[in-house]
Parts: sequence; C-alpha cells; structure tokens
Amino acid sequence: MAKPSPNDRKYTKEHEWAKADDGNTITMGITDHAQELLTDVVYVELPAVGRKVKQMQPIAVVESVKSVSDIFAPVSGEVIEVNKALEATPEMINKDAFGEGWIAKIKMDTPSELDGLMTSQGYEEHIKTTPH
Amino acid sequence: MKKTPLYERHLALGATMTEFGGWAMPVQYSGVIDEHRNTRTLAGLFDVCHMGEIEIKGPQALDLLQRVMSRNLAKQQIGEMKLSAITNEKGGIIDDVTVYKRGEGHYMVVTNAATRDGDREWILKARQERGYSKADVKDLSDATGKIDIQGPIAQKILSEIVEGDLAALRFYHAMDTRVAGMPALVSRSGYTGEDGFEVYTEAARIGEIWDLLLHVGDPHGLKPAGLGSRDTLRLEAGMMLFGHEMCQTVTPYEVIYGWITDLDKEFIGRDALKRQKADGVRRKLVGFELTERGIARHGYPVYAGGEKIGEVTSGTFSPTLEKAIGLAFVPVQFKEPGTVLEVEIRSRRAKAKVVPLPFYKRKK
Repeated sequence: MAKPSPNDRKYTKEHEWAKADDGNTITMGITDHAQELLTDVVYVELPAVGRKVKQMQPIAVVESVKSVSDIFAPVSGEVIEVNKALEATPEMINKDAFGEGWIAKIKMDTPSELDGLMTSQGYEEHIKTTPH
Repeated sequence: MKKTPLYERHLALGATMTEFGGWAMPVQYSGVIDEHRNTRTLAGLFDVCHMGEIEIKGPQALDLLQRVMSRNLAKQQIGEMKLSAITNEKGGIIDDVTVYKRGEGHYMVVTNAATRDGDREWILKARQERGYSKADVKDLSDATGKIDIQGPIAQKILSEIVEGDLAALRFYHAMDTRVAGMPALVSRSGYTGEDGFEVYTEAARIGEIWDLLLHVGDPHGLKPAGLGSRDTLRLEAGMMLFGHEMCQTVTPYEVIYGWITDLDKEFIGRDALKRQKADGVRRKLVGFELTERGIARHGYPVYAGGEKIGEVTSGTFSPTLEKAIGLAFVPVQFKEPGTVLEVEIRSRRAKAKVVPLPFYKRKK
C-alpha cells in the first residue's frame, strides 16, 4: 500500500509533488502512489540544469520494468538542480519517492502557481476517486 | 471487472492491482524485480485463476480437438499435456492453449483469459459443423481455480502438501492427486522458464491451497508474484503472449510455433498454413537486445537502414540479464542473430541486435 502523502507539499493530478524550499524554489518528485503504479524504476531521464519549463510540461522520463511515463513540471520555471544519484540508483524512486527519490529543483517564475496545486488531502481524495 | 477467488488476499498482501483481460489482477506485491529474482532463485506463487478451462469429453472428443488444434494429439497419452495453437481458416492464431489428456475421451483445454469465450464458441462452432454430437464441450473456467508455483524449490514446497510423488512427475505431464486434502490436477509446467507446477482445483477451495502454500513456503523463501514478474519471466524465457506476439492475423510459422503445427493431419487453417510453409514466411518474430540506452516497448517501430521494417511486440528490462530485451516482427532477411536493427524509442533511435531465443535458459 502506498505511503501517505506528506502535508508539507503540494500535488498535481499527474502524481507529482512540489515542496517549497527557500527563495522561490521548489523540490519536485513523484508520489509513492505513482511509483507503485509504475513498478520498479530502472531508468530516469533527467532534464538539463538551466532548462526552462512550463507548468505541466514534460520535465523527465521514468522507465520502469512495465512502462514508460512522462513526468510533468508542477510549476513553471528554471531547472536549477537535478538528482544525479537517480542515474546510478533509479530504484531510489521506489524506496523513497517523497525523499531521496526527488527528481529536480525548480526556481519558480510564478510562485502563485504552487497555490493552485492540490493539498495532500485533495490528492489522497483524487487518487481514491480516479481510476488509473 | 471480474475478480478471482484470491482477490481479497491480494489486497491483504498489499498488492498493486491492475486490469488484465477484463480481470482485476495483482501486478506486484514486493516489486516486479524482487518477485522476478525470487522466482528465478527460490520460488514464486502466481494467481492465474483468470485463465480459462474448457472440458471436452466423449467418444468424439479427440476428433473435435484434432479439427481445431494445430498440434497432432493422436498419440497423446493420458496424463500428458500438449501446447497447441487454435487457428482460423487463414492459419491466423485464435489462441495458444495447453491440452491435458485426463482420460480416454476426456480432455481439458486451458486458454488465455481474454480469449476464453471466443475459444469456446469456436470449438462449439467446429463441433456443430462437423456434427460431433458425441463430444461434450463444457466451460469449467468459473468453477476452476488455478495457481502456479514456479522456481527451483517449487517441488520441495509443493511436496509438503501434495499426495503422491512429485519428483516422479515429468515435464509437461499431469497427475490427478490431492493438494491440501482437496482433489486437484497438478502438472509440471509453467510460464517462467523455471521448474514448477500448475495446480487446478475447485474455485471455492483454491484460497486454502494458496494460504497453505504461502504458509509452508514462507520459511523456504516462497513469495507471491504478480503479473509484472510473470511478464518479465516469460519474456526472458522466450515465451510468447497472446495479444502481443500473437493475434488472428499472425500464423504459427511467423512466430515460433512451427513445431506445434502438424500439416500431416487435417485441421482448420491447415491448407493456408501448407501454402505459407511452401512459399515461406515473409516476416518472422525475433528476439533482440538493445545495445544502446533505452527500453523497447510493445508497438515501437523497428528500423533498418533508415527504413521502417517492423514492430516491437514485447519489450522490457531483463532483471536477470540486466539489459533491455524484446521481441519484434521483422522481414525474414533480418532474422539472423547478429543483424543490427534500430528501435524508435520516443522519437530517438536506439541500436539493437538480433539474438537467439530464449534470452534466458535455466541450468538443469
């Protein structure tokens, strides 16, 4: 069963999380529910640092034994850091999707975009009512 | 969505569920790769209650089967099991099935989940056309439960709860016995490339066998395994999946079922297959591995010399070989091992090479 979604961050309908850091930057990743649906992650294609992304545009690709999925940027902005450790240990996404399995850090263009995302309760409700 | 008798148990075990052939099935419990490796090294337990079982019984049972099966079953012995294709008039594959001979004039055909109804109707139609009124066709799928226990220590675990000598049971043979005290059919067979068994019993009682196997098997390392690992295991073993490698416009000779097609006996599709065999097939299913980064998936285009020549039917990351492998249809001139191909993976082309099947063979 999926781990509960922490309430210190916001969520997208596509199962990404975004956690506010200092100075208009966020850390993002995918939810534990998402990694369960994907099954074992064997490869992650990370974005280049410096890349500009628009909200809900593809930012990364996660390949599991079962399928391949686009990961979307929860907010618009510039990629300022990526989790290089995922290149050698992509399974970190399965083990700790909300922590060590983070994907990228983004400097936000429009910090208010974050307010438009779902809360943890909203997200939990979303996955309960949406067939995947 | 239909549920197997083990549905609640999967939820209790924390499985991730998915839809497969109209059924709610477990994809994984502890993780696809973990379950895959555990099945290769110890043992895995699979719920395959979704598969179909059709009984054919009576003095004309063999006549009917000979009419619909590509395999010649004339010499099949009681207790023997045969892999066969069911083909249409054009030689296209309607399903790949196993046929158990349980007694004289008594057979059980085990079908894929999504093809069960079509198979039954097809067999009934052939029965009607031929006037084989002395062959009774009965769909036992709903009343039958089926689990597979697969892996090097499967025999050791199943022996603890089965009556009779499992060690004496030969590959692709079955015995009527009792498992956990219940009447059951057990065959040494499976879909993983490992030693193992398929166990059939009454649907209402399959849960007891499942529980008992997990209980006695747990200290030895038996783990439940889902459809995710079932797929990676079968693919490594070079086994095909209906709906991926096979469909009604694919013939046995185009895939790797020439050996279960017997043109010396009369069956639906034989004439078309005879012509195809004489003319030679134009495309062939091959195994490949990617020599560049990426994972090929079902439906990805295959290129050679800049031209699209075929399509991937199945592809995954092989947990045993730790590389990306797959099956694809290519024109016959590209079928030889070592041939360099390209697979288009999301608008990028990755190099691949044709390799012999199976990708993985267990040490005996």
